[in-house]
Amino acid sequence: MLSIANLQVSVADTPILRGLSLDVPAGEVHAIMGPNGAGKSTLGYALAGRPGYEPTGGSATLDGEDLLELDPNERAAAGLFLSFQYPLEIPGVPALTFVRTALNAQRRAQGLPESSAPEFLKAARAAAGQLKIDFDMLKRPLNVGFSGGEKKRMEVLQMALLQPRFLILDETDSGLDIDALRVVADGVNALRSPDRSMLVITHYQRLLDYIVPDRVHVLAAGRIVASGGPELAHTLEAEGYDRIVGEAA
Amino acid sequence: MSLHPNPLQFAAGLTRGAPLPSRRHEAWKYSDLLRVLRELPPGSPAAEPSGQGPFAGLADLALVFVNGRGPEAATLGGVTAVRFISDATGTAHESRLRLRVPEGVSATLLESYEGHGSAYFANTLLEIALEPGARLERIVLADEPETAVSVSTADVRLSTGASYAQTVLTSGARLQRLETHVRHPGAGAAVRLDGVYVLAGARHADLTTAVDHEGETGTTSQLTKGAVRDTARGVFQGRITVRKGADGTDARMGHHALILSDRAEVDAKPELEIWADDVSCAHGNTVGSLDQDALFYARARGMDEATAKALLTEAFLGEVLDRMEHDGARELARAWLQERLQ
Ligand SMILES: Nc1ncnc2c1ncn2[C@@H]1O[C@H](COP(=O)(O)OP(=O)(O)O)[C@@H](O)[C@H]1O
Ligand SMILES: [Mg+2]
Repeated sequence: MLSIANLQVSVADTPILRGLSLDVPAGEVHAIMGPNGAGKSTLGYALAGRPGYEPTGGSATLDGEDLLELDPNERAAAGLFLSFQYPLEIPGVPALTFVRTALNAQRRAQGLPESSAPEFLKAARAAAGQLKIDFDMLKRPLNVGFSGGEKKRMEVLQMALLQPRFLILDETDSGLDIDALRVVADGVNALRSPDRSMLVITHYQRLLDYIVPDRVHVLAAGRIVASGGPELAHTLEAEGYDRIVGEAA
Repeated sequence: MSLHPNPLQFAAGLTRGAPLPSRRHEAWKYSDLLRVLRELPPGSPAAEPSGQGPFAGLADLALVFVNGRGPEAATLGGVTAVRFISDATGTAHESRLRLRVPEGVSATLLESYEGHGSAYFANTLLEIALEPGARLERIVLADEPETAVSVSTADVRLSTGASYAQTVLTSGARLQRLETHVRHPGAGAAVRLDGVYVLAGARHADLTTAVDHEGETGTTSQLTKGAVRDTARGVFQGRITVRKGADGTDARMGHHALILSDRAEVDAKPELEIWADDVSCAHGNTVGSLDQDALFYARARGMDEATAKALLTEAFLGEVLDRMEHDGARELARAWLQERLQ
């Protein structure tokens, strides 16, 4: 599914990712953990095509398709979804309008018919119910005045409606209390399927108790410095990043 | 901005051989009429009205002007459409209309500028009087050919306790100026003065307003927003004068514009002139580009650049439409906006 080889990314001419390699096969959930400033969000942005996150070497492909050559919307239409660490506020655009506009733009790009209003509303109602989001909130401008936790739920709602093939969750657990974390994790787990993969970026092991990964990778100083099974998250939680990052350095 | 003390007299001069204003006139420095017109074209011939106009079906009564020919005066009540139709090529015409809203009456005016043909000069003069306690919502929709030159001047006079609300929607023309003067007596009278311009190609729109607070405790709330792309040019000139003795006036003016391409331009001149005490006045003016982070967020969710820009621009401008009171006209304005942003 996702294959990254020796990826190098600079931000404002400063190299941040320095030769990152990673393979996430179809149906698997991989976690990326690492200290603050390691480059985790940079990886998500570079894969999604954010201006200013300049790939300077290496490759990233989704099912063989070169992501780095595509516009951000083409990457989305190819099935990539980035859940933002800090979701943006969109004044004046009701959440429902925003998501439906995005969905129909993807459908057009995929050569599929647009989603009708009743069809879309039905799906939105179901997803909101599952995520315990008050439906009326979806009529308000997206994320404007929403709490941190509400914004994260809105990200998961968008995933549920857009049905991407590859998800990157950037710190989707931050700002959530334990009840909200469960709801969000249930929402994400509901999307797990043999033909969908995920990259779960997190600072803490806590989220990985709910979204149990197949593999855990440690990102430090722009590279993957260690990989292992789910138990690696517990080791990191117990020992901190210093030893493992220190050994790799 | 030194506007003429008698705006309709000045406007009448434009089609009666007075020297055309150029950028040397301070009030016209962003909208050089002389440069686009050179000299006054010959008079437009009579023509038949065509179509039903953008507000078809929303009004109880329609007053129709074609190439300057139409009724002289009307008394408003209920919903009235006024259509200023230009069907002319290379000629000029002047339309003049006097409107009155009687004491205590609430009325809606749906005013359209419709153009067929090309390179005409349309000069429109409106005199609008609101009697004590009268209410008027004036909605102006101007869609004219890119070669047209069009100037509309409205002189609005409010009596005590009257309320006047205006929303001007325009897509510009070669040069188009929609100018509104409001004489505000204070004394419980209220004014809302809004505008939206959406300009593409080489179009030019100029929204000029002057509100004169002459008495105590009047309110004015003004919000104009615009979006310009290609080599289009938007002009906003807003002046609020609070005369000596107009104490307790509350006046707010906002103008905010988005520039969507490198070669588009917006010129803004907000002015507050305050000669009274204990007034609450504020103005805000911003001209910028779309929020790049929001744009990336929308694109990362699958919107192509044009769709994402249109959605964010529509949301930006939509704030003005939300303030419209007439439901049918507001829906129509929304559809108009969406079409203009495609
Ligand atoms: N927009 C930016 N401008 C300048 N520096 C940035 C920007 N984004 C990230 N960086 C730098 O890149 C490094 C990695 O940041 P980031 O990817 O956000 O780390 P993480 O998500 O792992 O905490 C940090 O040193 C950070 O300061
Ligand atoms: Mg981060």
